[in-house]
Amino acid sequence: MMETFFIVAVFLLIFMIFGVIRIILGPTTPDRVVGLDTINTLVIAAMIILGAAYNEVIYIDVAIVYALLSFVGTLYIAKYLEGGL
Amino acid sequence: MMIDTIIYIFLGIGVFFNGLGSFGLIRFPDVYTRLHAATKCTTFGSIFTSLGVIVYGFYHWHVDSASYGVLAIHAFIALLALVITNPTGAHAIARAAHRSGVYPKRAVVDKLREGDLSD
Amino acid sequence: MRSALVTAVMAFILYLILTVGTGDILFWSSAEIVAGILLSIVAGIFGRKLLFKNEDYRMLNPKRWIYFIAYLCPFLVAMARANIDVAYRVITGRINPGIVKISPGLKTDLGITMLANSITLTPGTLSVEINEKTNDLYIHWINVKHKEPNIEEVCNGFPKWIRRIAE
Repeated sequence: MMETFFIVAVFLLIFMIFGVIRIILGPTTPDRVVGLDTINTLVIAAMIILGAAYNEVIYIDVAIVYALLSFVGTLYIAKYLEGGL
Repeated sequence: MMIDTIIYIFLGIGVFFNGLGSFGLIRFPDVYTRLHAATKCTTFGSIFTSLGVIVYGFYHWHVDSASYGVLAIHAFIALLALVITNPTGAHAIARAAHRSGVYPKRAVVDKLREGDLSD
Repeated sequence: MRSALVTAVMAFILYLILTVGTGDILFWSSAEIVAGILLSIVAGIFGRKLLFKNEDYRMLNPKRWIYFIAYLCPFLVAMARANIDVAYRVITGRINPGIVKISPGLKTDLGITMLANSITLTPGTLSVEINEKTNDLYIHWINVKHKEPNIEEVCNGFPKWIRRIAE
């Protein structure tokens, strides 16, 4: 079971590379923010998977805090792009 | 093993949709269609990978020890936070993109641009 | 006063869920319960204006929560359809995008928020902008069929559900 979780985590890591490619290429700033948002979601999914793989609850607690903080970060970047900050 | 098969199926569906969302991020032509792929597919995929962990936790709570049950409950809370925040973030990015002057490519209609919103 | 109390109770319930399995009074240790009570009182005092704006307690009615749980079924079906739709468009690359306007006729902030989030997660649509005076939503639609769509085409019956839950 543990190996399966590690394989899934490696797949999620590969998908994060797609997000990094979009951040490097992305012609406009909103494109880059979309890439960053996708990477955040994948990091949260990978943290939950790794928490199950190592049987450590603290990983999932970190994932909860990361989810809420990355949401606030995305909102602030969006507000900045609108010109309201 | 019945439970193991269910967990494998959940993890497989989750990885498939997460990969599809990331691939759509590369393939689509402009920021709005990329948001379609990124938001819908990664949310759905993350729901399924987390469901795999939740089923795993509850099953081993029954069999082994209580710490697996704590794992499942915390994974459920993390999933809830993800599902609530993800579409809201996508909405904020879309609005910021339109207000900062990035308009949809190949659009057949853009009511917002010709519309009456002055602010 | 009442809003602070309800917020504190909800914060305490969340704290109990997050600290389950720490001790042997049912599932919690006594230190966690004391810390939870103190922290949730602080959260209730500082957050009383956030959760219940204008002393509005409609969401405490359990009937609305039952409707919300029933709403999850059509919502999850629509979400699965959305993902298969996006999968088809990622693979074939066949898109016909545009931004259209709908008037769902919802009045409360909570209802509009729920509708916008539901629209974002369901087939081919993404909410972009809202007109705060008339509560019209501007929606990016990945496959535009008509330039003046009716509501059923865009958000398959969700406004009816949300009117029951949040209005």
